[in-house]
Amino acid sequence: MARKDFKIISNWVKPNSKVLDLGCGDGNLLQILSKERNITGYGVDISIDKIIKSLDNNINVVHTDINKKLDYFKDKSFDYVILAQSLQVVDNPVNLINEMLRIGNEVIISFPNMGYWKSRLYLFLKGKMPITSELPFSWHSTPNIHLCTIKDFKEMCGLNQFAIVDEVISSNNDGKGSIRLLSNLFGESAIFKIK
Amino acid sequence: MDTVTEQKLHVTKPLNLKCGNVLKTYELAYETYGQLNAKKDNAVLICHALSGNHHVAGYHEGADKPGWWDNMIGSGKPINTDKLFVVCMNNLGGCHGTTGPVSINEDTGKEYGFGFPIVTVEDWVRTQKVLMDALNISKWQFIIGGSLGGMQAFQWTLDYPECVNNSIIIAAAPKLTAQNIAFNEVARQAIMGDPDWCNGNYLKNEKVPKRGLALARMLGHITYLSDKSMAKKFGRDLKEEKFNFNFDVEFQIESYLRYQGEKFVDSFDANTYLLMTKALDYYDPFNEVDFDKKITISNSKYLLLSFTSDWRFPPSRSEDIVKTLINYNKNVSYACINSDGGHDAFLMKNDNYFEVMRNFIENNING
Repeated sequence: MARKDFKIISNWVKPNSKVLDLGCGDGNLLQILSKERNITGYGVDISIDKIIKSLDNNINVVHTDINKKLDYFKDKSFDYVILAQSLQVVDNPVNLINEMLRIGNEVIISFPNMGYWKSRLYLFLKGKMPITSELPFSWHSTPNIHLCTIKDFKEMCGLNQFAIVDEVISSNNDGKGSIRLLSNLFGESAIFKIK
Repeated sequence: MDTVTEQKLHVTKPLNLKCGNVLKTYELAYETYGQLNAKKDNAVLICHALSGNHHVAGYHEGADKPGWWDNMIGSGKPINTDKLFVVCMNNLGGCHGTTGPVSINEDTGKEYGFGFPIVTVEDWVRTQKVLMDALNISKWQFIIGGSLGGMQAFQWTLDYPECVNNSIIIAAAPKLTAQNIAFNEVARQAIMGDPDWCNGNYLKNEKVPKRGLALARMLGHITYLSDKSMAKKFGRDLKEEKFNFNFDVEFQIESYLRYQGEKFVDSFDANTYLLMTKALDYYDPFNEVDFDKKITISNSKYLLLSFTSDWRFPPSRSEDIVKTLINYNKNVSYACINSDGGHDAFLMKNDNYFEVMRNFIENNING
């Protein structure tokens, strides 16, 4: 089953465009995009297991660390550079977004919202770092070193002159309709398009 | 298991070599594995590296050792001969059946010896195409090679783009560095400095430059292994349990290298070794004048593989090729395999390596 952020990303991506998917995992997003949007492009992942799975899904995939080496890709050589649900694991989000903007005309980023009411309630009631089905790790053994809220993300975009051109905030639970009011409280997941 | 036998193709159409010389006639030795299907769309070419040959898999009659890449090629293996028809040819200038320095020159009635013309990767690709035509194959589903073999797998997509669907380039480089050439030059000097090399005419003088060739192989062998794998395999282990304070073989690594050198001398020709190293040194496709035109036309899909501990052709060299292919919008995938095996890792069994190969091949077996 396709992840909800994949459906929204697919709606945003123009047909026949060229896409780079950073942290592509099994290559499922690129599979969907090539089926629904006839895109070309590459996935990138640091894990050999993901590379093996992407090859099994017949995706062009490059084994590299997005924190260190994206010089494979020339300036403005892609229509879209996507970072789906991986922002929280990168070493330096601002540097990476700058690198994504160098490579692509548009950048699409989806991430889990730590301002979501359930996370807030978890911390408020339990007094512990939230552990959810989306983020199932203890604070001391999590790959998620840069979790943020929607408000945090927007603030970072403002500080770095990243222009937000589109956004969809959604609750993954209902699977329908986007959230507009009090999105930082009721949105579980956020997707931004920046330029 | 069925045994495999060498086949030969005698070619009478002259071959114009890149160096300007012409070979009027020549012979190509090759082996095949599996069956070519009716549509002839399951053919695979394996390109061998510096010291390799066409006996890539299976067993010769009565042999106790299989071909050099038998762990990769065969029934149910990543290069699956239940589905694929695999061809491997001994490269021109070789010493295992294809025309080379030990072959008789028809003009003189004597061995070519040191007079055999310099051959290049491009020449090898052209002769592999001659064999392809003779086998009535119009397209290779896969061309696969490691090291110098990977260079041939890449060159095919430039020289005969219409003939290659998928190119798998393993532990290769787009060109040699100064350090790579330096190692080759020391190997050549070891051979050419051996008095038994007789200025290249050792066959005529009924001699073999054993010391020089063994030394070249010992040097090469060090560059094929990693510091870690040598430490693991030999460490500082001694042959006897104490130092003898002399210059005989004392450490296990010394014994191993000498054995490798001596073994190699029995199966390899010194002038062929010189030729193979020159082919490596000359290769530099990115700087050919028509590279841009050729790579633009290529419609092949590419898979590049490298190994973390390879310092002869480290991952960065494969990544140079990947970067260029991405710049030209080619269908390319790349995996860097964690291994202590050094450059020779491409010949060793490794779960991740084999899974990458298997998945790529399985998914591209039909076009």
